[in-house]
Amino acid sequence: MPAAARKETDYPMDLLNTLVQGLMLGGLYALFAAGLSIMFGVMRMVNLAHGDLAVIAGYLVLVLLGGTMFPLWLVVLVTLPLFAVIGYGIHRSLFSRSLKAGPLSALLVTFGLSIVIQNGLLEGFSADTRTIDMGVLNTGAFHLNNQLSISYLGLLTLILAVVVIVGVQLFLSRTRTGKMMRAVSDDADTASLVGANSKHLYAIATAIAFGTVALAGIMSGARSSFDPSIGPTQLIFAFEAVVIGGLGSLWGTLAGGVVLGLTQAFAAHLDPSFTILAGHLVFLAVLAFRPQGLIPQRTV
Amino acid sequence: MTLLEVENLDVHHGQLHAVRGFSLSVEPGATVAVIGANGAGKSTLMRAIAGSHLPTAGTIRLGGQDITRLPAHRRVAQGISLVPEGRRLFKSLSVQENLETGTYRAGSGPWNVDAVMELFPWMRERARQNSASLSGGQQQAVAIGRALVANPKVLLIDELSLGLAPAVVKQMYALLPRIVERGTAVLLVEQDVSQALAAADLVHCLLEGRTVLTGSPQDLTPAQVEQAYFGLAHAGGGPEGN
Amino acid sequence: MARTTPPTTEGTTTPVAASAAPPLPGALVTRAGRASKASAGVLALAVIVLAALPYIAFAGTTSSMVTFFVLLIMASMWNLLAGFGGMVSVGQQAFVGVGAYTVLAFANMGINPFVALPLAALTCSVFAIPTSWLAFRLRGDYFAVGTWVIAEVYRLIIIRFDSLGGPSGMSLPGLNGMDPVLRGALTYWAALALAALTILGCYLLMRGRTGLALTAVRDDETAARANGVDVTWSKRLVYLVSAAGCGAAGGILIIDSLSVQPNAIFSVQWSAYMIFIVIIGGIGYLEGPLLGAIVFYALQQLLAGYGSWYMIILGAIGVAGAIWLPRGLWGTVTNKTGIQLFPVGYRLNQPWTLPPNLR
Repeated sequence: MPAAARKETDYPMDLLNTLVQGLMLGGLYALFAAGLSIMFGVMRMVNLAHGDLAVIAGYLVLVLLGGTMFPLWLVVLVTLPLFAVIGYGIHRSLFSRSLKAGPLSALLVTFGLSIVIQNGLLEGFSADTRTIDMGVLNTGAFHLNNQLSISYLGLLTLILAVVVIVGVQLFLSRTRTGKMMRAVSDDADTASLVGANSKHLYAIATAIAFGTVALAGIMSGARSSFDPSIGPTQLIFAFEAVVIGGLGSLWGTLAGGVVLGLTQAFAAHLDPSFTILAGHLVFLAVLAFRPQGLIPQRTV
Repeated sequence: MTLLEVENLDVHHGQLHAVRGFSLSVEPGATVAVIGANGAGKSTLMRAIAGSHLPTAGTIRLGGQDITRLPAHRRVAQGISLVPEGRRLFKSLSVQENLETGTYRAGSGPWNVDAVMELFPWMRERARQNSASLSGGQQQAVAIGRALVANPKVLLIDELSLGLAPAVVKQMYALLPRIVERGTAVLLVEQDVSQALAAADLVHCLLEGRTVLTGSPQDLTPAQVEQAYFGLAHAGGGPEGN
Repeated sequence: MARTTPPTTEGTTTPVAASAAPPLPGALVTRAGRASKASAGVLALAVIVLAALPYIAFAGTTSSMVTFFVLLIMASMWNLLAGFGGMVSVGQQAFVGVGAYTVLAFANMGINPFVALPLAALTCSVFAIPTSWLAFRLRGDYFAVGTWVIAEVYRLIIIRFDSLGGPSGMSLPGLNGMDPVLRGALTYWAALALAALTILGCYLLMRGRTGLALTAVRDDETAARANGVDVTWSKRLVYLVSAAGCGAAGGILIIDSLSVQPNAIFSVQWSAYMIFIVIIGGIGYLEGPLLGAIVFYALQQLLAGYGSWYMIILGAIGVAGAIWLPRGLWGTVTNKTGIQLFPVGYRLNQPWTLPPNLR
């Protein structure tokens, strides 16, 4: 259908489509941001290698798909817990030491890690762009009508984002470990007096963050192509979602992701070259006029 | 057998030699009070016994087992719980959740969240309330409850009376026998000498990190206690004077 | 009681406490030690020798020295920001880029790029004012990523200007007619002068009121505020100075390469370099960036042939340094020996004992 004719006839439908696409993009950003939000909420730490971890997950899935007979679902099922275990290990070996060394240190350590990961991936996989083939998930969509379609992948990502955020929220509010994690986040010294091993609990938070960011990396790797250098961009989008939503609030992170996704989708609709800048500008506007974010109260 | 045994403990607080050669033993079912003025080293002593501040020398034994180097979170399972100075409730957790954190590594024993709520009936109505909204006395009660539900063998209480109204302080001290009668020994640190003397079976008076007087409250004269508390006996020629 | 005399500046020795009785023997508080006076001389000499380099060395040497000076400037600026101001930025490339593009914009108007260098520094500090309004709303780690986003915004806005070359960048006009040897030498001198100015500027800034205020803020912001330190003003001043320095460094970069490419000039890699140099050299020491830049430069020469392994090793060293050597090389040295090249604090020359009447 010619673009001009479409604009003439179905303008509202066009907007609705943009809204739907933006919502699904927002789901992806929220999924990316969940881990960042958890780590900040529990231990006040920003992991600058967050986006690069997602990229590793993408490559790992590619390697496992290519090198084994495993079906995709099994590969994903192996990758996520593996990342959680790696997260636990990295926390106990690296992050906990850096948290002890001071607030600067954690930032510098994760920044260094980010550089190591990016260049390691570059060495191992070259700068070529790759995509994860998920078969019908990649291509399939619910075609509601000519203009409006909801891709399986986008919908699944949005659902996963909501599931992850609700799941983590329930974990923190209902389970013994989750409650202890909040106690440690409030006052680690006192928490140790009731038996909390803060290193262990922080490492669990890191494990959750690593697991969720791996999931985000896989979904993103199926949605669009990736290469070793895109980690920082993912980090920045995730970070913007967290700040727009409000620091330390998981519901806020979900809202922030959606706001960012919608902004980018509508900006792309107007002028594709304006997409990313528009997202950044919304982020700066939130900083300037509502620095506490959309949902400011601390729930983590 | 002695429950808690502290021998020749030295604790440094940065440059400050806060506790010097301190020894003490707590028998099962006993209430022991350490009194002393501000800065006598009481809180540091308690934190060292609880494990959040490692001593530089000396030993701490619980039930004959050396726990001197054990981290705080593992001492809880061994049977030591501390009610920290200033209550230190988890401010984003509800009253109920604060109590539940205490059960994280609880031993077996008479105490659980229900038993604490029986001791402090008002807690039931406020179980879901945020702990930051409570009064000072209520916060102290939650802090004690949080430590109790771990079923400690020794309950350490740092400044039970601090910042509380006299009537509330009385209530708090009235509770101690009910805790001890269920088999928990209590070691408390206090600035409020009269309360501590009334409650304790044994008193240690701490001055500049050292024990300067020890004995059972009925054997001590007020003058002795006063001298030890303020260090008057050392005026003009204290241990650290030139 | 002890009567204290306020210590005076500039390397003089001042008896700090003239106690009643008995008089205190030899407790002297000084700023510049003998080592630092000697080192000031050595540094001045080094600058003179380095200034003569274009007459003695090949153009290749002086050209690679330009990179060294640029890194030294950037690292010193980052050290000022993070080490003294407590603001860990991952977005200083914003000002590297704005500086380079300012030189380009002025060159497009017919102004000599060398003349435009100070204008680039000025422009960057002007840009830094609104930037700081936004960035200062974020604390700690979030400040870091926030500044990074702001740098991205600068890049995305600048590539929308076709007159500045758009997304693919453009070459710098105005220096084509100049003799390459002379241009090389001028670039080298400009870089050297800026590096020397940067170090001197940091030194003077940190031993003045601002330095004192920042040290107080770094130790305890609330207490500093309560004592009347204008925290925000001090931080903003450092932020502006740091932006100016990075802008000038960006200006040197475009003059040196005669072209600019937005993705390269606004690359977060610049921040990575700055951070690495300062961490290895010693954060919070004025000597740190100098030592760190030398180490970095040596590593760069050593590992130049290994492609991305170079960055992997650099990143790994940075991680290890941040955890196991938090004071960096210089911090470790000065802790063991007490040597200071640029003393910004005060020091006791003799172990000072409390007078008996106060004991």
